[in-house]
Amino acid sequence: MAIVETKALRKEWGDHTAVDGVDLAVREGEFLVLLGPSGCGKTTLLRMIAGLEKQTAGDIVIGNRIVNALPPRERKIAMVFQSYALYPHLTVAKNISFPLRAQGMPRAQIGPAVEKAAAMFGIERLLHRKPRQLSGGERQRVALARAMVREPDVFLLDEPLSNLDAKLRTSARDELQQFQRKLGTTTIYVTHDQIEAMGLGDRIAVMSKGKIRQLGPPQEVYNEPADTFVAGFLGSPPMNFFKRGDLLIGMRPEDLLPRSAYSGGGGDKLVTVKFRVGRIENLGADNLLYGSLTDLAPKERFIIDVPSAINFPVEPGKDYDFVIKASDVKFFDAESGVRTSPKPFWEKS
Amino acid sequence: MSADAVAAAPPPGFFSRLADSEEWLPRILLAPAILYIVASVGGPFIAALVYGLTDVSISSTAVHFVGLANFRSVIEDPGFHRALRNTLFLAFVSQGLVIVLASTLAIALQRDFRGKWWVRLLILLPWVAPISLGSIGWLWMLDSIYSVLTWMLRWAHFLGPWDRVAWLGRPNLAMGSIIGVQVWRTLPLATVILLGGLSSIPQDIHDQAEIDGARFWRHLLQITVPLVLPIQLVAILFGFVFATTDMIVVWVLTRGGPYDTTQVLASMAFFRGIDGGDLAGGAAIALFLFPVLAIAAVVLLRVARRTEVT
Repeated sequence: MAIVETKALRKEWGDHTAVDGVDLAVREGEFLVLLGPSGCGKTTLLRMIAGLEKQTAGDIVIGNRIVNALPPRERKIAMVFQSYALYPHLTVAKNISFPLRAQGMPRAQIGPAVEKAAAMFGIERLLHRKPRQLSGGERQRVALARAMVREPDVFLLDEPLSNLDAKLRTSARDELQQFQRKLGTTTIYVTHDQIEAMGLGDRIAVMSKGKIRQLGPPQEVYNEPADTFVAGFLGSPPMNFFKRGDLLIGMRPEDLLPRSAYSGGGGDKLVTVKFRVGRIENLGADNLLYGSLTDLAPKERFIIDVPSAINFPVEPGKDYDFVIKASDVKFFDAESGVRTSPKPFWEKS
Repeated sequence: MSADAVAAAPPPGFFSRLADSEEWLPRILLAPAILYIVASVGGPFIAALVYGLTDVSISSTAVHFVGLANFRSVIEDPGFHRALRNTLFLAFVSQGLVIVLASTLAIALQRDFRGKWWVRLLILLPWVAPISLGSIGWLWMLDSIYSVLTWMLRWAHFLGPWDRVAWLGRPNLAMGSIIGVQVWRTLPLATVILLGGLSSIPQDIHDQAEIDGARFWRHLLQITVPLVLPIQLVAILFGFVFATTDMIVVWVLTRGGPYDTTQVLASMAFFRGIDGGDLAGGAAIALFLFPVLAIAAVVLLRVARRTEVT
């Protein structure tokens, strides 16, 4: 059952179309990630669902009610902002209880509710502090506690991890997913970080220029990209493209392995390419080889990601044979960028 | 690079050394401002302190130290009591009105609407106009025969066609007029200060309050007002000091009349010290509010710092 649904949702600012006819159905209890580069309309879409922005056209349905005309407080949603937007003049306890007081909850019930939320996020000892006395990670927990305290139908999260340093972000990501699983609350999460999206989402909606380009589970979006935008946006380093006739051929850097290192087996059809190494970047866990495919696309830059675990010494300027599974080679229409059926160029016709 | 190029950096000139000096540059840059304040405020203030303790007058040739006698006689003067009451009444009522009106205006001006720029400009105009010219304009508008206010009230049938209002001739009306002009004068600055305070609150906070379900009054009283309070206190402090020390509005409109009902400390000090020639008595009156204002300033600034939120 879909709990949040947008139907042909549009938002225009003057001439600029921020959200361009988005149809999205979020299932009950799922963790849906809106992923896209900055300016793709993902935050605007989230703010329209929240009711902070009025759509130009289209409908928003939350829990079987069309909420177009309802203010945020009547939509049964909670939102966490990138800045956390904690009320700086209120203590943590007052911050968490604010939505309850605004709702008119009897005083006797507020205390236990706040304590329960604080216990869930392990912030009981911070309750009497002001936001400025908290670290980034603590602020994020307070913001999450404030969001869940009134038990909303939907959580809306706008890049809640991007203000944390890299190390903390990994553990916060893990925690966030655990909380979501435990609570089972439908969550819509906006991010521009593909690693967050891949790690957190039950499904990912990849957005570009106000439109959803692809919607699906992380592995599907990654392995079967619908077009060159999705293929190029997910993955680091990004997918290699080169033109061949009226097709664009795409190969992910990590899908290529040295021919000598390939153990074989599985009965997969393999394609062999000739690669000339230009520059080597040692990233510790991986070696990135920059160069070009001398037989297929000598003029296009090509990157191959070889795990350091594979013992494969290379020298700049030399040619090596690499192999890729035929099923890992992706084909796109050169003009529209849309994925097309495979046309194996390696089979002589 | 050759070795002699390393050694050949020429010593900087006097002025560039001065410009780089962390010790002297700030002092030199601050000096003109400090000199100006000492000459224009510090000098007269010390002179007033000295005058207050002596029997100096415009015509005196010998000056004698008289201790606190001037202050004692001022405190025993019923005219002084009335002026003190008037000063405080004027300050509290006008600043109370200013707080309410400035908050309303600032919140309204924060919204986006057509012609917002022009409205902001118009609201700032009273602040840009010199006080004396503005007051003279009000003197004409409040004239007992030609008053444009009376004319408008007649036109709106609040007054009969031959009714007149002595805006500045009746005690209550005169005080009301002065309060009105004082509000007109201090409102722009308070509005601009508050507007600055309001726009320093991140939009996320307002969005969050809306998501959390706060309606207008809760949002205003529990989120917006506490967050602009430190800045609002500064605006109140300024307004209060202006209202208690300004004599131009009173001097132009009523000269303290009718029957001293609009006399304030600043105008009384001027009439006694300059017009009346009793420099010592005038100085004693003028100094009377100094400790009160100084304490008020310290208290307000402390509260402002304590409530500072970020």
